[in-house]
Amino acid sequence: MAEPARVEGPWVRFWHEFAESRLALVGLALLALVVAIAILAPVISPQNPYDLAQLDVMDSKLAPGEASGTGKTYWLGTDDQGRDMLSGIYYGLRISLGVGIASTIFALAIGLVFGLVAAYFGGWVDTLVMRIVDIQLSFPAILIALVLLAVLGQGVDKIVVALVTVQWAYYARTVRSSALVERQKEYIEAARVLALGQARVVFRHLLPNCLPPLIVVATVQVAHAIALEATLSFLGLGLPITEPSLGLLISNGFQYLLSGKYWISFYPGIALLVTIMAINLVADQLRDVLNPRLRK
Amino acid sequence: MLAYTIRRFGQSFIVLVFMSFLVFVGVYAIGNPVELLVNPQADEAERIRATAALGLDKPFLEQYWGFLKGAAKGDLGKSFVFNVPALTLILEKLPATIELAFVAMVIAISLGIPLGLVAGLKPDSFIGRGIMAGSIMGFSLPTFWVGLVLIMIFSVHLGWLPSNGRGETVLVAGIPVSFLTMDGIAHLAMPATNLALFKLSLLIRLTRAGTREAVLQDYVKFARAKGLPQRRVIGVHVLKNILIPIVTVIGLELGSVIAFAIVTESIFAWPGTGKLLIDSINQLDRPVIVAYLLVIVSLFVVINFVVDVLYSLLDPRVRLGGAAAAH
Repeated sequence: MAEPARVEGPWVRFWHEFAESRLALVGLALLALVVAIAILAPVISPQNPYDLAQLDVMDSKLAPGEASGTGKTYWLGTDDQGRDMLSGIYYGLRISLGVGIASTIFALAIGLVFGLVAAYFGGWVDTLVMRIVDIQLSFPAILIALVLLAVLGQGVDKIVVALVTVQWAYYARTVRSSALVERQKEYIEAARVLALGQARVVFRHLLPNCLPPLIVVATVQVAHAIALEATLSFLGLGLPITEPSLGLLISNGFQYLLSGKYWISFYPGIALLVTIMAINLVADQLRDVLNPRLRK
Repeated sequence: MLAYTIRRFGQSFIVLVFMSFLVFVGVYAIGNPVELLVNPQADEAERIRATAALGLDKPFLEQYWGFLKGAAKGDLGKSFVFNVPALTLILEKLPATIELAFVAMVIAISLGIPLGLVAGLKPDSFIGRGIMAGSIMGFSLPTFWVGLVLIMIFSVHLGWLPSNGRGETVLVAGIPVSFLTMDGIAHLAMPATNLALFKLSLLIRLTRAGTREAVLQDYVKFARAKGLPQRRVIGVHVLKNILIPIVTVIGLELGSVIAFAIVTESIFAWPGTGKLLIDSINQLDRPVIVAYLLVIVSLFVVINFVVDVLYSLLDPRVRLGGAAAAH
């Protein structure tokens, strides 16, 4: 911006278009905050919620703002084991975000390969892959994940497997439809004429041009994955109690809700809501910026 | 049309058998239900007897074959826990789930389409923006957390609505329903609202997007130029054209509402199939898990089929199964 004579590079232009929506900037700022908290959780938490030595049963179920016997103030209260909710939420964010991002990356990679292969080769490969995708997408994600977790049991790795299984199909379908369009274009033909290897054509030429819609889908899916993980954990099928994600924290507080101890469930829910909303706001704007039909 | 129907159901049948196999393998791997069912102090002989009584001592493929033979006769096995046919157990609970899903869908449709229309006709107005902001919230709020907040506000804080169960029911054609008694409606209000929220947001978005596109079309401009009143232009010309994708989505979402009812039922202790499924998973009640999935999948297959047929009726440009459908 300092040298106005310069032509805007693609990244700068991208940023300017993104920054046109103030709401999206708010979303981005919130997202940055949430990610920072998740990364820095061990540093900024008042207490290590996994360290049983730091928990005091005497402090259990304290209301927000109440002080413990040792004079520490629990700003968001404590849960049934005397765990500081604020620290619990910081660590919970770490797990929720980690699970969401990890499952999205794996699902993206798998969906990408299958979608590209289906579009590039066509014929029976395409039919087979897309038939599986269609069948899978005709069932609600939560049902598939639920059954998978019932079979696999609890654990971070298991929930990532379940989330990847329900998500890859979205990417496969998105990649395929944009790859089918890109495949017809001259640069692919040119690459073929140059007798480049098939893998090179697919991954170096076709793939980069299919990325924009994928980025949008991936952003939305991170939010979906986080919400789905929280739901499954709430139902008692996701993560083990030793690694509480936000969903599990909410689930823990559920039994105390009817006796008026709302904070155990309420605040982790707010953290979850802020995270998902921030991602959705960013995704909404990304969709507008990356949509070639809306290009001015 | 007939050929299409046959082909469609043939495909669905293969999917069902394949699914049942996968689920059977999966459920088989969960763990040994005998451990949960017999007395912890039971000796080895008693365990073996219990295993044999449930037919779990047979090889896997034989168990599956036995299941398939039973399934062909409409027998999906007996619940390990309740010792009644699994199918009966599910069919008993199904009306509660369907009632909940149906009321939720009615709420979502009767609010979602009008709100979406308003937001689509005046996208930049205060109301339009407000509706969209609400719909983004609805998308972002995790269903189960909203359920908790509803209980927190209306049951704990205000004490207006009961937080669990179905309340008083009356029999309609032999099926108990809640929505005809005041007590039943009080019990139904929160779970149905909770379940409707996500679909409501979805319908608002869809209707808004459709309306925004439709008002720019030539036929709308023409209807306006003819001097038709605004009410007729929107009520007939716009609405009719945006309804096609909306009906499809409503149909497809019906299945997902039933699936998401699992979560809502768990929160509000609504005695439907979803709660039954979660309980069965926790108790390793294999036959009920398998039967639930088969019933739900069959339901999806039928719903998807009906939606496709409706779609072709609403939009004459769509022809099912190519030439087979042409008269």
